[in-house]
Amino acid sequence: MFEQILFYWFTAVLLLAAIGVVVVRNPVYSALSLILAFFTMTALWLLMEAEFLAIALILVYVGAVMVLFLFIIMMLDLKIVEREGFIRYLPIGLGVAGMVALEMIMVLQRSNFDSERYLAAESPADFNNAEALGELLYTHYLYPFEIAAVVLLVAVIAAILLTLRKRVATDQPAKTQDIEQQVRVKREDRVRLVKMKSE
Amino acid sequence: MEFISSLWYAIPEVLRTVIVILLQIVAVVIPLILTVAYTTYAERKVIGFMQGRMGPNRVGPRGLLQPFADTVKLLLKEVIIPTKSDRYLFLLAPILALAPAFSAWVVIPFSENMVLADINAGLLFILALSSLGVYGIIIAGWASNSKYSMLSAMRIGAQMVSYEIAMGFALGGVLIASNSLNLNDIVHAQSGSIFSWFAWPLFGLFIVYFISGVAETNRAPFDVAEGESEIVAGFHVEYSGIAFALFFLAEYANMIMISALTSIMFLGGWLSPFQGLDFLINIPVIGLFFGNGIHWLALKIAFFLLLYLWFRATFPRYRYDQIMRLGWKVLIPVTFVWIFFEIIAVALGWQPWL
Repeated sequence: MFEQILFYWFTAVLLLAAIGVVVVRNPVYSALSLILAFFTMTALWLLMEAEFLAIALILVYVGAVMVLFLFIIMMLDLKIVEREGFIRYLPIGLGVAGMVALEMIMVLQRSNFDSERYLAAESPADFNNAEALGELLYTHYLYPFEIAAVVLLVAVIAAILLTLRKRVATDQPAKTQDIEQQVRVKREDRVRLVKMKSE
Repeated sequence: MEFISSLWYAIPEVLRTVIVILLQIVAVVIPLILTVAYTTYAERKVIGFMQGRMGPNRVGPRGLLQPFADTVKLLLKEVIIPTKSDRYLFLLAPILALAPAFSAWVVIPFSENMVLADINAGLLFILALSSLGVYGIIIAGWASNSKYSMLSAMRIGAQMVSYEIAMGFALGGVLIASNSLNLNDIVHAQSGSIFSWFAWPLFGLFIVYFISGVAETNRAPFDVAEGESEIVAGFHVEYSGIAFALFFLAEYANMIMISALTSIMFLGGWLSPFQGLDFLINIPVIGLFFGNGIHWLALKIAFFLLLYLWFRATFPRYRYDQIMRLGWKVLIPVTFVWIFFEIIAVALGWQPWL
């Protein structure tokens, strides 16, 4: 009973937030709606006892990705855009929406996604979600997991390399501060005591 | 008594659950708020002592009522909303800062069975909530529509996202050592004696965690977000009255939170340092003090809070690029190396702490 009330409440909030993302005019508001949508989504996942996934969603999407998103939106020179060309883009939008709906229907009709298959998995009270997931990841799915990790590592290195720029004019590396050198500075390097007669 | 219990069972079950949960929340939040109030008092007294001043000493005996005077003052002051600000977000921001700071306390084990929600993924829950704290500040900075606030929000956002990584890795080390994500199990994994605390085998992670904790809460020497000499007061320049007080409350609640977590994960939480010395624990009455209990957690938290204040009185503020360098180039590599050797030790079955 209590869970049902919670479920309907969170679903309602989730739907409203998701609609808000597209409908709201101010981009900051729509980013915030997206955050709200993620957050209520995790609440729903928690109700389904998928606590590890739920918390990972908060950690990764809400805690990191959306922060950067919000950052960028806030840094832009925001002008609240009046909606224009609604009719012009309507056919394309409808086409995309129809396509997504069709794909979802097709996927859900496959037996793999039959909801009955998953209902049977009634877990005991002391079932540890994180542990079960870890065991699967490090045994059954070890190779895909490791490959994904390596791909991510390559992406990280690539992202760092992109920021290493040279100055075009002099072909020298960009000016940076060498903090080690700054820290090692001694008094003698900066201060010169001059002895002179008083004037 | 009978009447009360019959009245209690007359309430529908859903409502009863809600009432019990609300009462539990109140039981945690009110002591927390009081602790925050007296942490501000302690801060002014301790820093006053370190700088050869008196600190607050006018309201009540030895200034002990000062926090209440401050609260009343802040409550009665007008909350000014700048005309060009984004009204709703401006008022929402303090709440967004406060909510994660308070809600993380549900998983903290205060004593053997004193925990509101003994969930499996307690550690992850705390990581997730501490990553949410940044929203209140970013939104405050943006909604104020002030350059200083905006600059501060930018600084703080980058700083918190960076230090979260080092923090997460330090927690990963604890997770490997204790084999559990549940905070109570982590405390139990450290039982035995003072030498079984994780602070010894995980010393590097312990230091890294506390330093990143200081950076996460934007306290000195990492408080570029409110660097007075550059950007007035940072993200809360435009806030006044109780809206400002809420930011303050969140900051101090976070400080206490980080202190509590450091104690729980590295210094054995509510475990007594005299554990294993049975002759001390078996003394009647005094033995209660030497035994495990919430008072040890409180003492450890108080110690870390003192460190916070001590840092503030001692270190000059870091430059922004130095903060970034410390986070990315010093703390994160330290955690990498430490965890690497820890994994080797665990794989070889060489676990001196178990």
